[in-house]
Amino acid sequence: MKPRTADKIATTVIVALALLIVAILIGLLGYILVRGLGHISWDFLTSAPQKIRAGGGVGPQLFNSLFLLVLTLLITVPLGLGAGIFMAEYARPGRLTNFIRLIVEVLSSFPSIIVGLFGLLLIVNYFDLGFSLVSGALALTVFNLPLMVRITEQAFRAVPKQQKEAGFALGLSKWKIVTSVLLPVALPTIITGTILSAGRVFGEAAALMFTAGMSSPRLDFSNWNPLSPSSPLNPFRPAETLAVHIWKVNSEGLAPDAAEIAAGASAVLVITVLIFNLAARFFGRYIYRKLTASKRMN
Amino acid sequence: MGTAAAVRESFQTENLSIFYGTYEAVKGISLPFAQNTVTALIGPSGCGKSTFLRSLNRMNDDISGSTTKGSIWIDGVDINAPGTDVIKLRQKIGMVWQKPNPFYKSIYDNIAFGPKYHGIKNKKELDQIVESSLRRAALWDEVKDRLKDSALALSGGQQQRLCIARALSVNPQILLLDEPASALDPVSTGKVEELIKELKEELRIVIVTHNMQQAARISDFTAYFYLGSLVEYDKTEKIFSNPDNQMTQEYIMGRFG
Repeated sequence: MKPRTADKIATTVIVALALLIVAILIGLLGYILVRGLGHISWDFLTSAPQKIRAGGGVGPQLFNSLFLLVLTLLITVPLGLGAGIFMAEYARPGRLTNFIRLIVEVLSSFPSIIVGLFGLLLIVNYFDLGFSLVSGALALTVFNLPLMVRITEQAFRAVPKQQKEAGFALGLSKWKIVTSVLLPVALPTIITGTILSAGRVFGEAAALMFTAGMSSPRLDFSNWNPLSPSSPLNPFRPAETLAVHIWKVNSEGLAPDAAEIAAGASAVLVITVLIFNLAARFFGRYIYRKLTASKRMN
Repeated sequence: MGTAAAVRESFQTENLSIFYGTYEAVKGISLPFAQNTVTALIGPSGCGKSTFLRSLNRMNDDISGSTTKGSIWIDGVDINAPGTDVIKLRQKIGMVWQKPNPFYKSIYDNIAFGPKYHGIKNKKELDQIVESSLRRAALWDEVKDRLKDSALALSGGQQQRLCIARALSVNPQILLLDEPASALDPVSTGKVEELIKELKEELRIVIVTHNMQQAARISDFTAYFYLGSLVEYDKTEKIFSNPDNQMTQEYIMGRFG
């Protein structure tokens, strides 16, 4: 075959594959949105679900998903940044470091149902945290932490070595170089990693059924005392998230409009992820510009 | 070796050897660096001149497996002695590399960063340091209207002068230059060379260069390195007109290396 023909065929195949993926994505998104958008209303977004009657909403579940995201990020981001920075800048290369890296990678590929059951045994029962947001956040940390560590490590490693040298030659301490020279450069990658790991929080169901629970107490959104059992801000209460709710309504929903609720909730979930993505990117770009005085994110 | 260690300078190396593992990259070199002079380190690639330069402000510390023997004296203190405050030491010695490496920050912050870290908080004082450093690096007129812009938006030559200004911002006594002009166009190179000549009025400069004409143009003393050893050290005019060593002669004439 002539090289030119080979080139043409390869290009065609690659473009076709890319188009196929885009088509699948658009089809999937379109299907979810078309089926669900009609069901979304202010009432649907704010009211509590109904057990047997029609007309229930997903208010608490939506709130739970967002709150769980915040809690999980509160645990994962500092730990992941710390461990990633350690791996990239402080750990001496050697067997131990490689072993830690291997463990981190294995951890992130655990089946979520196993993590859920493990969380049930250890966090919910043994540590007696019960079905709660905290238990759920800790279980999600098992997936998210490895991702954060890896991405942070890679982001720091990708910063040109000369940046560090310049810092050293100015008489800066290593810590100062890490926080003020390297971190701003590594930030865009780290933000992408955070978004990726956040997507997992929104989408995860299996690991949360056994840790955050499958029910929500009656929440009083005017009660802002985090220690009160009916307060939405109480991290020690059970919390059914949107993804878990979709699964539950689909598999055992008794309400006559269960199918519509599942469709509506799916659309809400997809839109929430989308909004979060855009917001996080916007925020990241803003911070990056502030720190580096640049016009664009590179 | 000429008069290498005849006069004791306040900045000099004494029998300095640098090892990477068991490989001896620099072999027992003694060199003085006099005040208000430019010393050029020349020699073929891999001759140890860059390693030698980097060791002068202990930049090799970070390379695992590198060890140092012998002494580097600055103002009567051996900087390789245990207990040396590396951070203080590096304030005295500025360094600029082959490839410009400005921080991913604004032009202003690139210069103000070091002084701020070392304790200058007063905004006016910082403004002054930024202006004077940029003036000393002959960059002020080109950037004074856009100090808040990203340093990465500057041209390569401007970036390199910015890096020199950044090194000057913490008021070093010594400036180490590792092929500072080899990535620049002829016009920028000319500017940087002019700058080096001006700066030597205030401090001492050690420069590694592959460009013989450059060494001849800007340096007062030249040291020729080969395979980790110092072959010849003397006044630049002497090295370039009538070197004692045959090898030096051949290298300078471009017949080898």
